[in-house]
Amino acid sequence: MSDSPKHLDLAGARARLEGKRGREFWRNLEDLAATPEFEDLLQREFPRQAIGWADDENEVDGRRNFLKMMGASLALAGLTACTRQPTEHIMPYVRQPEDLIPGKPLFYATATTLGGVANGVLVESHEGRPTKVEGNPEHPATLGALDAFGQASVLQLYDPDRSRTLYQDGEIRSWADFLGMLRGLIEQQRASGGAGIRILTETVTSPAMADQLAAIQKLFPASKWHQWEPAGPHSARTGAMLAFGQPVHTYYNVSNANVIVSLDADFLASGEASLRYARQFAARRRVEGANTTMNRLYVVEPMPTPTGSKADHRLPLRAGDVEEFAWLLAAGLGVAQGPKQSDNGDINKWMGGLVKDLMHNQGASLVIAGEFQPPIVHALAHAMNAKLGNVGKTVFSTDSIEASPVDHVASLEDLVSDLDSGAVDLLLILGGNPVFNAPVELGLADRIEKARVRAHLSLYEDETTAVCQWSLPEAHYLESWGDARAFDGSVTIQQPLIQPLYDGRSAYQVLQMFLEAPEMGGHEIVKGYWAAQHNGADFESWWRRAVHDGVVAGSALPTKTPAINGAALATPAHKYRLEGKLEIVFRPDPTIYDGRFANLGWLQELPKPITKITWDNAAIMSPATANQLGVYKETLNAGYDGVPMVELTYQGRTLRAPVWAQPGCADGSVTVHLGYGRTKAGRAGTGAGFNPYGLRTAKALWNDTGLAAKKTAGSYLLATTQNEHALDPKRHIVRAGDLADYLKNPASVHEGAEDPPPALTIYPGWSYPGHAWGMAIDLNACTGCSACVVACQAENNIAVVGKDQVRRGRAMHWLRVDSYYSGSPHDPEIYNQPVPCQQCENAPCELVCPVQATTHSAEGLNDMVYNRCVGTRYCSNNCPYKVRRFNFYLFSDFETPSLKLLRNPDVTVRSRGVMEKCTYCVQRINSAKIDAEKQNRKVKDGEIQTACQATCPAEAIVFGDINDPNSRVSQMKAEKRNYGMLADLNTRPRTTYLAALRNPNPEIED
Amino acid sequence: MAQIFPKSANAIARMSVYGAIFVLIFVGWAFDALNRSAYNTRAFMAREQPIPFSHAHHVGGLGLDCRYCHTSVESSSFANVPPTKTCMNCHSQIWSTSPMLEPVRASFRTGQSIRWTRVHDLPDFVYFNHSIHVAKGVGCESCHGRVDKMPLMWQHASLQMDWCLDCHRNPEKVLRPQAFITTMGYQPAGDQEEIGRRLMSENHIQDARVLTSCSTCHR
Repeated sequence: MSDSPKHLDLAGARARLEGKRGREFWRNLEDLAATPEFEDLLQREFPRQAIGWADDENEVDGRRNFLKMMGASLALAGLTACTRQPTEHIMPYVRQPEDLIPGKPLFYATATTLGGVANGVLVESHEGRPTKVEGNPEHPATLGALDAFGQASVLQLYDPDRSRTLYQDGEIRSWADFLGMLRGLIEQQRASGGAGIRILTETVTSPAMADQLAAIQKLFPASKWHQWEPAGPHSARTGAMLAFGQPVHTYYNVSNANVIVSLDADFLASGEASLRYARQFAARRRVEGANTTMNRLYVVEPMPTPTGSKADHRLPLRAGDVEEFAWLLAAGLGVAQGPKQSDNGDINKWMGGLVKDLMHNQGASLVIAGEFQPPIVHALAHAMNAKLGNVGKTVFSTDSIEASPVDHVASLEDLVSDLDSGAVDLLLILGGNPVFNAPVELGLADRIEKARVRAHLSLYEDETTAVCQWSLPEAHYLESWGDARAFDGSVTIQQPLIQPLYDGRSAYQVLQMFLEAPEMGGHEIVKGYWAAQHNGADFESWWRRAVHDGVVAGSALPTKTPAINGAALATPAHKYRLEGKLEIVFRPDPTIYDGRFANLGWLQELPKPITKITWDNAAIMSPATANQLGVYKETLNAGYDGVPMVELTYQGRTLRAPVWAQPGCADGSVTVHLGYGRTKAGRAGTGAGFNPYGLRTAKALWNDTGLAAKKTAGSYLLATTQNEHALDPKRHIVRAGDLADYLKNPASVHEGAEDPPPALTIYPGWSYPGHAWGMAIDLNACTGCSACVVACQAENNIAVVGKDQVRRGRAMHWLRVDSYYSGSPHDPEIYNQPVPCQQCENAPCELVCPVQATTHSAEGLNDMVYNRCVGTRYCSNNCPYKVRRFNFYLFSDFETPSLKLLRNPDVTVRSRGVMEKCTYCVQRINSAKIDAEKQNRKVKDGEIQTACQATCPAEAIVFGDINDPNSRVSQMKAEKRNYGMLADLNTRPRTTYLAALRNPNPEIED
Repeated sequence: MAQIFPKSANAIARMSVYGAIFVLIFVGWAFDALNRSAYNTRAFMAREQPIPFSHAHHVGGLGLDCRYCHTSVESSSFANVPPTKTCMNCHSQIWSTSPMLEPVRASFRTGQSIRWTRVHDLPDFVYFNHSIHVAKGVGCESCHGRVDKMPLMWQHASLQMDWCLDCHRNPEKVLRPQAFITTMGYQPAGDQEEIGRRLMSENHIQDARVLTSCSTCHR
C-alpha cells in the first residue's frame, strides 16, 4: 500500500483507472482509492468495527469478559439442556374447514397495492395465518414475481406497532361511537348538501370505492373528495393532458422493443408494472442457445438506479437536464423544433448514434419518460413514440386507471384553502399520512386543526393521527375485502386471509357509514358492487372464479390511440441548462417508499439497491460534487469512521444530512430519498434518517435548482453493507463483456480468470446418483432490485438485527446483492450480483466444523444443523464467499405474540449462538420431493422454486437438478457465459453465474 | 520444611488418578442411561387426557381404521387429531348422555377445542412427515406400537435420533405392503428382510445416504 495516499483524492482514483485495458472491476470508492482499510476488510470475515461489545466497547476488557461470558454460557446452556421436553398440547378444530388439511398450506389470490395500483399475489396460509406472499402467475402485473414491498406486506399485517384501538382524543371508543358521531354530523350537514364534508384519500383505482364515493357525492353534492399521493405519477398525468388533452394512461410492451430510451425512468425496479417490464426486458437479453441478440437500453438519470445498472449506454444527467436531453432527442427525431446540439459534449456524443438507432427500429423502439420528470418530458416521449410508430406495438394507451384522475397538488391546495376559510366541518382521512408527506409550505399539520372534526383511518397511529381527534384502526389488505386495478386496468378482487387482528375496518366500511346500511361489511360492499355491474347469468360462479383467479377476466381497459396535440411541443419553452448550479432531487425511497413502510424492519434493513445503505437515507451525490463541497475524502471508509454532514438549504429551509458519495451520480445533483425522519412510525421507523419532506414544496415535487449545500460539523454513522462481506473484485468475482466480443470469442468474458477443470483432485469423486441441486444466476438479467433478499427473509424466518449490528457486519440476510463498478467513478458501468450460499461440492466450511453441524448431503447441499451448532464460527471464518451468518445475540423475536404468527412453520427459528446460511430453501425441496415420491415419480424441473427465484421479476435465478441434462439450470450452466465464483479455489460451487453482457451501440464512443 | 504428606499419600494419589478414569466413565454412562431412560423420553408412560379416550376400545374393540380419525396421515406431515365433529359423528347417537363424554359435547356446543396432551412430541428442530412414511410402507404400528392394546395412549418408542436412524439406515427391517399399513399385530408373510428389500425397490426408496442426510429431517 505504499502508493495508497496518492489515491485518496479523486484525481488519484481516476489516475489509477487510466491506461487500463478492458474491464477492471471495483467495489466502492475505498477500493478504487486502495485505502488500507478496504484492503484490511478484504482479508477479514467481519469489518473492524465488529469487534467489541455492542454498547460500551471501551469500558470492557474484551478477552476477560469473553472468557467470563463463554464460561457462563457453557454452564447455562449445558444446564438448560438437562431438562425434559415440556408437555405440549394439541387443540384440534371443532369443525374442521372443508379444504384445510392440517400441516398443508393453502394459497389464496388477492392483491397488494402501491399508490393504488394493484399487484396480484398469492398468499400462503398455514391453518389460517398468512405467512408468505408470492406473485400471482396469472396476474398481468406480477406474472408470478413480486417486489420487496409486496414481500414485506405480510410483516406489516403482524406489525406489533399497528394501530389496535379506536380512540377519540386519547379515550378508548368503539366503532359504534364513531358511527353515532358521524351519522349525527351527517344529519346536520344534510341541509347544506354536505358542504362541510371533506374526504381525503390516496390514489383510488378501486371501482367499488369509486362507486361509494360517487354515491356520497350524489347524496351530498356540496361535499368534496380530495386525493394526495405523495409519490404518485403526477407528471405523467399532467403530461398526458399536455400531449393528448385527456388524462390518458400509458403502459409498455418491453418485449417488442429492440431499442429503449429511459429518460430518468427506473421502469425495471419501480413504478406500477415494473415487475412485468423487468421480465420482458430480461427475456430480450437472454443470450443463450441459438439466441444471439439483445435489446439495447439507453438511460439518462441523475442517480444510478437498477435500470441504470442495466443500461448499455448510461449518461449521468441532472434531473433538470433530462428535459434538455428530451428536447434534443425530439428535435433529432423531427418531432420538435429547436437546437440539435447541446453545450454538454456527452449528450452530443450520444445523440447521432441514438437517433439513428431509434430510426432503424421504428415500431420496435420505446422512449420512456420517468414518473418524476416534468409533464413536458412525458409529452415529448408520447410524441416521439408516435413518430417512431411505436404506438400499438410497444406503447399502449388506455383511459386512466384511476377512479378520478385529478391533479393531486391542486386537490390538496383546494382542501387547504377550504380549511383556511373554515368551511370544513368533517375531515375524514382514509389512509395515507398527509401531515408527514404533504408539501411543506402547505403547513398541513397546523391548518388541519381548522377542521372541526378530524378522523384518520390508518394502519398506524402516525403523524397525521396525532392531529386528528378520531384515530380509527384500519384493516390491513390481508384482513379485508376490496378491489383494485393493475397497470392495464385489470381488476383484482382482494379477499381477506384472516379476521382483522385488532378490530380494524377498511376504507370501504368507513365510506359506507355515509350511505344506507352504514354497518355493511366489506364483503357485501364489494360483492354487491360487482353484482350490480354483472349483466350475465349466474353471478355467483362468475364471482367465485374472479376471486379464485385473482384477476377479473376481460377487465383490462381497452386501448386507444388519442391524437397528439402538436402545438404544445412545437418549440422548447426555454433552454434548460443548469450551469454550475446545485440541484436537489427528491425520490421515493427504494425500500420504505414514501415513508409508509418505515416501521417494517425487513425493508429498513434491506440494503438499498446500488448504495447498500440500510436504516437511513443520505444526501447522495457524485464523488466530484462531494469533492467540491470539500467532503470527499471523509466519505471514504464510511463503515469505520462515519461520514461528514452537510447542510442543505433550499427555499430558505434547511436540513442536515449525511453525505454519501455515489459513483455514477450526475455532478451537481444531490438526491435525497423521501420517507425517513418519521417521528411517529413505531419502534423500527421512528427516528431513522432525516426528513426531506421538510424541503419539498408543491412547485418542486421532484427536483429543482437553487440548492445550497455546505459542510457542517459532526459526522454520522451510516450502516452500509457495501463495505461488508467484501470479496476482492480483482479475483474475477463478477465477469462481463460486450455482446459483439462475446459472440466473436465466448471465452473473452473469462479473460484472465483461472477456472480449474472439475476433475482436478487426487481423491475419488463424491458421487451424486440421485438429485444434484444447483443454481444458476444470470447476471445479465439481474437488476439488483433486491426483492429476492426480502423473499428469502420471509421464507426463512430471518431476523432483523438493527442498524448498529448491521454496521458491525452482522446483518442476517442469507442472500446479499453486491454491487460492482467498472470504469470511471463519474460514469461507471454498474453490476449487481446476488450471492447466496454457493453450496460448494468441496466445501471449506464442512471441513472445519468440530461438531459436524454442517455436513454434505447426498444431493450436494451443505446442510446446516442448528441443533448441533455450538457457535465456534470456524465455518464462517473458512468460507471464501462470506455467506455464513452468525446469531451474535438473540436476534429472533421469541416474545412478541403477533410475530409468532408470521413464522414459516417449516423452518426453524434460530436462537443466539447458532450459525445459519442459505439452504437452497431445503424445506421447499423436501416438500416437493415428498409430493413426487408419494406418486413414485421424480421431481419435475421447475417444480421446486426457491423463494428468491420465485420472486425474481427478471428470472435471473434458476434452481434445479443438475443431474438432469434437460433441466433449465443444466442448460444455463452449459452456456459459455457460465462461471463459478472463486472457482480457482477448487470449491466447485453449485451456484454458478452467467457473465453479464452489454450491447453498446458501435456508433457511440463512450 | 517438614513434609506434609506421608509416603503413603503417593498410593492414594495414584489410585485417584486411575480411579478418576472409572469415575468419569461411570458419570458418562449414567448420563447416557438417564438420557435414554423412559424417565427422559417418557416412553411407556400413559399420559393423562381431558377425556380418557381408549384406543384399545376404538381400535382393538370396535376395529376402527386409524384413518377414520387421523385423516391427514396420508396427505400431510401432521397426522391430525380429529376435530370434535368426528367424535360427534358417533357420539351424538351412542353414549350421547355419558358424563365421561361431556367435555366432547361441551366442545361441540361452545366451539372451544378439546385440549389434548401431546403424546408423541418430536423436538421442534425435527421435521417429520407422516405422509411419506405411510406411502413408502412404514406401518403405524412400527412407530406407535400396539395402539389397539393401549387403554390410554403412550409412546412406544424413545423417539430419539438413533431410533430414527435405525430405520433410515435399514428400511427393509420395517417395510410392509400398503394393504397392511394400519394393521395392528402384522406378521410378515415370509422373511421380513426379503419382503422389505422387494418393497424398497418397488416403492423407489432412496438409498441410505439420502435418508440419513441431515436436511432430510432438520432444516
